Amino acid sequence: MPKIVFIEPLGVRREIDAALGITLMEAARQHGVAGVVARCGGACACATCHVYIAPAWFGKLEPREDMEEGMLETAWEPRATSRLSCQVHITAAMEGLEVTVPEQQSQGE
Amino acid sequence: MISTILIIGGGQAGAQAVDTLRRGGFSGRLVLIGDEPQLPYQRPPLSKKYLAGELNEDRLLFRHRSFYDEHRVELKLGVPAARIDPAARRVTLEGGEELAYDRLLLCVGAKSRELSCPGADLPGVHYLRAIADVAAIRAGLKPGARALIIGGGYIGLETAATARAMGCAVTVLEMADRVMNRVVASSVSEYFAHEHRAQGVKIICNTRVVRLEGAGRVERVVCADGSTHEADLLVVGVGAVANTELASAAGLHCDNGIVVDEYCRSSDAAIYAAGDCTNHPSIRFEMRVRLESVDNAFEQAKTAALNILERATVHDRVPWFWSDQFDNKLLIVGLSQGFDQQVMRGDPATRSFSVCYLKGGELLAVEAINHAKDYMAARKLIAERARPDLNKLADPQIALKEAI
Repeated sequence: MPKIVFIEPLGVRREIDAALGITLMEAARQHGVAGVVARCGGACACATCHVYIAPAWFGKLEPREDMEEGMLETAWEPRATSRLSCQVHITAAMEGLEVTVPEQQSQGE
Repeated sequence: MISTILIIGGGQAGAQAVDTLRRGGFSGRLVLIGDEPQLPYQRPPLSKKYLAGELNEDRLLFRHRSFYDEHRVELKLGVPAARIDPAARRVTLEGGEELAYDRLLLCVGAKSRELSCPGADLPGVHYLRAIADVAAIRAGLKPGARALIIGGGYIGLETAATARAMGCAVTVLEMADRVMNRVVASSVSEYFAHEHRAQGVKIICNTRVVRLEGAGRVERVVCADGSTHEADLLVVGVGAVANTELASAAGLHCDNGIVVDEYCRSSDAAIYAAGDCTNHPSIRFEMRVRLESVDNAFEQAKTAALNILERATVHDRVPWFWSDQFDNKLLIVGLSQGFDQQVMRGDPATRSFSVCYLKGGELLAVEAINHAKDYMAARKLIAERARPDLNKLADPQIALKEAI
């Protein structure tokens, strides 16, 4: 179980042990990380599980697919390192991955 | 003083209400009553990844049991509520247990509409609504099995796609002249019918089922034109109806759902309702609606919970929906009822396009097929009551957000 660090919207640093095979969104939800709304439950249909990946880590993840790319374009304050956390699967190589949760999700959620 | 809140219904809305009530500072007795034995779980994957066996039950859960324990939520799962006595503010469970409340929240959802033709009660007629329904359906999804689906709506087509991907010979029988006729434009219906046929699904429209037959279990379906269709597996997806029996028996005003106002209050001041079971006002669309929608269930539950906590909050959302069929994602935002103009953006042959609906120049709804950008832009534009420039709108080279 890799350790993943989430920085919540209010700056709280949460270190969680994430199960392999699930998504970053599911790990956040299971551990009650604040700010990851995930309204659609991981269907890539709502852009409410938006996170920023630490720059050093961003290039190590599987690349975004078109659908995620399109969703992120109008997410709340997207950055070059934005991802929808429901589209990132946890692997053993992610030990120490750092993820920041934005202050807001789309539509003020 | 509100010391006890009961929630009937352990689905999406029930789970969200628990969360909002505790986050909102409610520290009294909180009881969640549900018909099903499972902790609250997500229903959308039941016809998709869960049916395909790609997700296990644990991954359907919103929260693990520890969440409910930590937040002191009393769970009464697998114990349906039998009746509500609004005068005494008391709920009786099947089995006789009585629970008093100060505020009651009904998140009782909807149920599958059932066939009423002869043979509809034969064993082997499956509906897909709950985890308990899936195991029997999945057991029939074997390569080469003849899977017959009655109803070409979301559930029917998602199930058809999953069954086909698992190797079944799939036939969909639809009563209307096109699939998903109640929810999408004809060009979108055509596109999805084409996608299904390209994958080997047989879609038969304009066909009305009159009888189910079989010796001891359903084996075939007979249609009005005399045609018969053999089935190793039969799944029926012909819509859903709100669960209003409890509310209605308690004297609450019901009319295609439990009637609530914009605060999610029912006709009884101590009883609120949220989710698929409600007939509620849509502020943006200026009409009453009943929606089968994840987002609506979450949002109404949140609104109801805040109002129970006496933080006046109005439910004012633009609804959105999605469906996954094979590698296609259909995203719908807004409500198209009453439109006076329809504009196509892009070409279905490219497998990525959208249909926009307008009324008096205002954007009402967008159906986006494999097109996240249009969908996300539309959410904003529809909420803002934007009036797009029609020439720009019809040009897929111009981003929808710039088509003003």
